[in-house]
Amino acid sequence: MDVDRRRLTRGVRAGRWGAWLGWGAAVALPLGFLAVFFAWPVVSLVLQGFFTETAAGRTLDLSGFAEVLSQERTWRIVGQTLAQALAGTVLSVLLGLPGAYVLYRCRFPGRTLVRGLVTVPFVLPSVVVGVAFRALFAPGGLLGWAHLEESFAGIVLALVFFNYAVVVRTVGSMWERLDPRAEQAARALGATPWRAFRTVTLPALGPAIASAAAVVFLFCATAFGVVLVLGGLRYGTIETEIWTRTTQFLDLRSAAVLSVLQLVVVAGALLVSSRARARRERALQLTGDRASAHRLRLRAGGDLWPALATAVVVAGLLVLPMAGLVSRSLRAPDGSWGLDNYVALGTTGGRNALTVTVWEALGNSLRTAAWAAVIAVVVGGLVALVVSRRPRRAGLRRAVGVLDAAFMLPLGVSAVTVGFGFLITLDRPLGLDVDLRTSGALVPIAQAVVAIPLVVRTMLPVLRAIDPRLREAAATLGAAPGRVLRTVDGPLGARSLGLAIGFAFAVSLGEFGATSFLARPDTATLPVVIYRLIGRPGAENYGMALAASVVLAVLTATVMMVAERLRGDRPGGEF
Amino acid sequence: MEQVRETAGLAVRDAVVRYGATRRRPGSVAVDGVSLDVAAGEIVALLGPSGCGKSSLLRAVAGLEPLAGGTVAFDGEDLAGVPVHRRGFGLLFQDGQLFPHRDVGRNVAYGLETQGLSRAERSARVAALLDDVGLAGYQGRSVATLSGGEKQRVALARALAPRPRLLLLDEPLSALDRRLRERLAVDVRDTLKATGTTAVFVTHDHDEAFTVADRVAVMDAGRLLQVDAPDVLLRAPAGPRVAEFLGLAPEADGLARAERTTAG
Repeated sequence: MDVDRRRLTRGVRAGRWGAWLGWGAAVALPLGFLAVFFAWPVVSLVLQGFFTETAAGRTLDLSGFAEVLSQERTWRIVGQTLAQALAGTVLSVLLGLPGAYVLYRCRFPGRTLVRGLVTVPFVLPSVVVGVAFRALFAPGGLLGWAHLEESFAGIVLALVFFNYAVVVRTVGSMWERLDPRAEQAARALGATPWRAFRTVTLPALGPAIASAAAVVFLFCATAFGVVLVLGGLRYGTIETEIWTRTTQFLDLRSAAVLSVLQLVVVAGALLVSSRARARRERALQLTGDRASAHRLRLRAGGDLWPALATAVVVAGLLVLPMAGLVSRSLRAPDGSWGLDNYVALGTTGGRNALTVTVWEALGNSLRTAAWAAVIAVVVGGLVALVVSRRPRRAGLRRAVGVLDAAFMLPLGVSAVTVGFGFLITLDRPLGLDVDLRTSGALVPIAQAVVAIPLVVRTMLPVLRAIDPRLREAAATLGAAPGRVLRTVDGPLGARSLGLAIGFAFAVSLGEFGATSFLARPDTATLPVVIYRLIGRPGAENYGMALAASVVLAVLTATVMMVAERLRGDRPGGEF
Repeated sequence: MEQVRETAGLAVRDAVVRYGATRRRPGSVAVDGVSLDVAAGEIVALLGPSGCGKSSLLRAVAGLEPLAGGTVAFDGEDLAGVPVHRRGFGLLFQDGQLFPHRDVGRNVAYGLETQGLSRAERSARVAALLDDVGLAGYQGRSVATLSGGEKQRVALARALAPRPRLLLLDEPLSALDRRLRERLAVDVRDTLKATGTTAVFVTHDHDEAFTVADRVAVMDAGRLLQVDAPDVLLRAPAGPRVAEFLGLAPEADGLARAERTTAG
C-alpha cells in the first residue's frame, strides 16, 4: 500500500513535470521562431529609420523621418495607398453582400461550384492577378477600349477581384447560421422586406461585415504584386515604394521610415479587425445552427437583384480576367493561336531573360512551398493548439490571448518588410557564423512567416469547437494528457490540418513580396520569374509570362480545391 | 484491517469549490464545506435544484475541478494531486460526450486500450458490455445514427468498461424524455448493481433519485441538507427546504395552488 502510494506520487510528479515541459516546448518553439524570423528582422529594420551608424556608434537620428515625411512623393504614395484600400474595401463589401446572400442563403444547382469559383481568386498569386488584369487592359485586350491600363480604377478592380471572396465567405458563413425567424418576426409585424433587412438582418451581420472590411482593408493597404504589375510608374502603395527605394535606389534609410509608416496604417486596421472579431464571437452565440437556406426565387421573391449582381460580378470580374489570361496565353508571339508560349517554358526566355527555365523555377517553387508548408503547419499548429486551451488561471489565460495576437502580426506586417528585414539581419543570425542568406533556407522560412497566421486562423476554430468535456471524458477513462491529445484533438483536428496544409502550400507557392528579396537567380520561384519576364522587352517573354501565370494559377487553384474537399461542409476558418 | 473497512469507498471531507477566484477576489462558492461518504458497492444520489453545486462536487471528486478546501479520499488514500486519468473513476456526462470519430465499439473500447488486453479479450468485453446495456451487436454503428437513449447506454457501457472503482453520473438521463428516463433509471440501477459498481448519481429529479440510489443526499446552495435512505427521507425530512424539494411540503404546495387559482 505504502509502496504503491509512493510510486503513485512519484508518477504524479513526473506527469506534472511532463505536462509543463510539453506545453512549455509548444509555446517556446513558435515564440522562438517568431522572435528570430519575424520580430528581430522587422525591429532591426524599423530601428534603421531611427538611428544612424557613426564612428562613435549608433546615435538617435530622426532626420530620416523629417526628410522622408517632407517629400511630396511620400504623401502622394500614402494617399494612394489609403485611397486604393478604401475604394477596394467599399466596393468589395458592396458587391460581396449580395454574393454572400445568394451563395449562402439561397439554394440552387451548381452552388458548390460557384462557391469554389469565388474562392479561387483569393489564393491566386498576386503576380498572376496583376498579369491577368494587365492582359485585359492592354491595347488589344478584352477591355482595351476602356483605357484602364496603369489607372486607379484598374488597380481597384484587381483588388476587388482578390478580396470579393473574403467578404462573401466571412459574411456568408455568418448569414448562413442566422436564425431566419427574427426576420420573419419583423415581417409579421408589418415590416417591408427592405425594412426587415435593414433593421434586423443588417445589424446582426454588422460585426461580420466590419470584420471582413477590416481584413480586406488590410490586404488592400499592403497589396504588393498586383500594384507593382498594374501601377506602372504613376501608381503605388507604401509597400511597392519600400521595394522600389530598396532595390532601385538602394535607399535603405527611407525604406525603413516607410516601413514604420506602413506599420502605423496596419496597426490601425488590425485594431479595428480584432475589435470586430471579438464582437462577432459574442454575436455568434446568439444564432442557431439550423439550415436556413431557401430555394433561389427569381420570379416571385426579391432574389432577382442579388442574383443578377452576383452573376455580373462572377462572370465579369472573376471569370473574365481568368478567361482573358488563358486565351492570351494561347496566342503565339506572331499572333497565331497555338501552344508556342507553353513550349517556350522549357527555355530561359528571349535574350536569356532568366537564369533558369520556367519549369526549373516551377520545381523551385514546389520545393520551397513544401518546406514552407511544413514549417508553417508545425509552428502554426502548435500555436493553434496552445491558443485553443482555456487555462484556469487568469494570468495564463491572458498570456494565451497575447500569444494569439502575436501570431496575427505577420498578417499585417508587409511581406516586403519581412524579406527586407531578413536581408539586413540574417547574415549572422544570433552571432552564429552562418550566412543564411546564401543557404537558400530563407525563402521557405519567409514564406512560412507569411502563411502562419492563415494556418492558425484555419485550425483554431476547429480545435476550439471540440467540446472540452470530450477531453474530460477521455481522461476519466484513464487516458493520460498525451493520449487525449493523440486520440481526441488529433483525429478531430485532422480535417482542418488538411485545409491548413493546402492553404499554407498555396500561399507559399504564390508568395512574391518576401521571396522577390530573398530568392537568388538560380533558385527563383515561379512568381519571381513571371515578374522578371514581364519586365523584359519582347513579345516572346510576355507570352511566356502569360503561360507561366496560367500554370501557376492552375496549380494553386488545384491545391486549394483539394484542400477544400478535405474540409467538407463544416463551418470554420475565417477566410 | 478494521481501519481499512471503515474507510473503504469514497470519503469527501469539508470540500469547498470556488469559481472565478483570483489572488484578489475570492470568487463565488459552488460547494461550501460538504462531507459525504459512499461505501463500496453503494449508490448515492446527489439531489438538488439546478445551480446548487452538485455537479461541481462531482467534478471535484473526478479531479476536473480543484478543491479550494477539504479532501477527497478513496479507500483511505488522499487523492490530492492525483490527476483525473490516474484516479480510476468513471464519469458519465448528461449528453454522453461520445467520440464522434469512433464507432460504438471503439467508443466502448477506449478505456480498455491502455490496459494491455489482447484484441480478442477487448472485443469480448465490449460485446458483453453492449449486451449488458441492451445494445448487443451495435459495435459497428456510427454514433451519429444513435438516438438519445442509445447514446446514453453506449456512454454507460464505455464508462463501465475499464471497471472504474467509482462511477460518477452527472444527470445522465436529464436530456431524455420522461418515459425513457423512467425506464432507463431502472436499467442503470440494475447494471450498476450487477457489476457491483460504487456510484454517485447526480440528478434534480427526486423520483429518479429514489429509483436509482441506496441513499439520497439532498443538496442546496452548496451545502448538504440531509443524507438518508429514500424511505427515511420521505418519512422524516430534516427541514422544510428538504420537504419542499421532495414535493412533500403541504404549505408550499398549497400556496402554489392558491396562486394558480387566483391567477386563473
